[in-house]
Amino acid sequence: MKARVYVMLKNGVLDPQGEAVRHALGSLGFDGVEGVRQGKVIELDLAEGSTEATVTEMCEKLLANTVIESYRVEMG
Amino acid sequence: MKAAVIVFPGSNCDRDLAVAFEQAGADVTMVWHKDTALPEGIDMVGVPGGFSFGDYLRCGAIAANSPICQSLIKHAERGGYALGVCNGFQILTETGLLPGALRRNAGLKYICRTVGLEVASADTAFTSGYSKGDVVNVPIAHHDGNYFVTDEKLAQLRDEDRIAFTYTDNPNGSVADIAGVVSKNRRVLGMMPHPERAADTGHGGTDGVAMFRALMDQFATA
Repeated sequence: MKARVYVMLKNGVLDPQGEAVRHALGSLGFDGVEGVRQGKVIELDLAEGSTEATVTEMCEKLLANTVIESYRVEMG
Repeated sequence: MKAAVIVFPGSNCDRDLAVAFEQAGADVTMVWHKDTALPEGIDMVGVPGGFSFGDYLRCGAIAANSPICQSLIKHAERGGYALGVCNGFQILTETGLLPGALRRNAGLKYICRTVGLEVASADTAFTSGYSKGDVVNVPIAHHDGNYFVTDEKLAQLRDEDRIAFTYTDNPNGSVADIAGVVSKNRRVLGMMPHPERAADTGHGGTDGVAMFRALMDQFATA
């Protein structure tokens, strides 16, 4: 089974990379891009029967730095 | 003073840090990241700069979960001293021994140059060789040195006089110009600038020497 973890900088934490992407989109002529936030997706290939609680624990311990990042887990 | 310097795959300032400790008169042991225990009787653990584990996932995240870091956390909890420089600072925040986190530089560029640092607190074993308000010149070399703490935590750091160094001209977007902070018991310092690269006339500057000497004095009088 698979789990997918989305890690994003928390709202209120400046994302300089997202800002750079926003500027680049503006330079390409894409008007109206008011904000860009860049995060990461981590796919986990898990043994059958693994629980969302375990993946959440993985996020808390390693996959996200909860000082600056939030995460969301999708199972299956 | 007995110091241990941890070596991770990708550390590249480990020997520089060891030399700076040695030149101040410390006995230094290098410790591999897979070791599960620090040598007996260690006073100070140096967590060096570099790119531990290739900065994969987040700078310092994998290193912070390596076997030796469990011993480092226990050492700090026992009241032991630790100095984390650059990637070492990132690792110390990832272990939770120091508050906050280091984000990508606001200008997105890797910055390698000497910067001015103001000594924001001389009331630590690391900075007692300086006076509060002194400006020293120390090199930085990082891509992810943009220090973040919440407003609430920043207020706490200020109340507890835990900001050790601030940049005179903020190069990376750090909150409140912060370049280095200490733990609540003031025995763990993390800083992005490299005092070990300003520790010999051959480096082009010696403003970092006072830190290593002050640490030696601390243990000589203890």
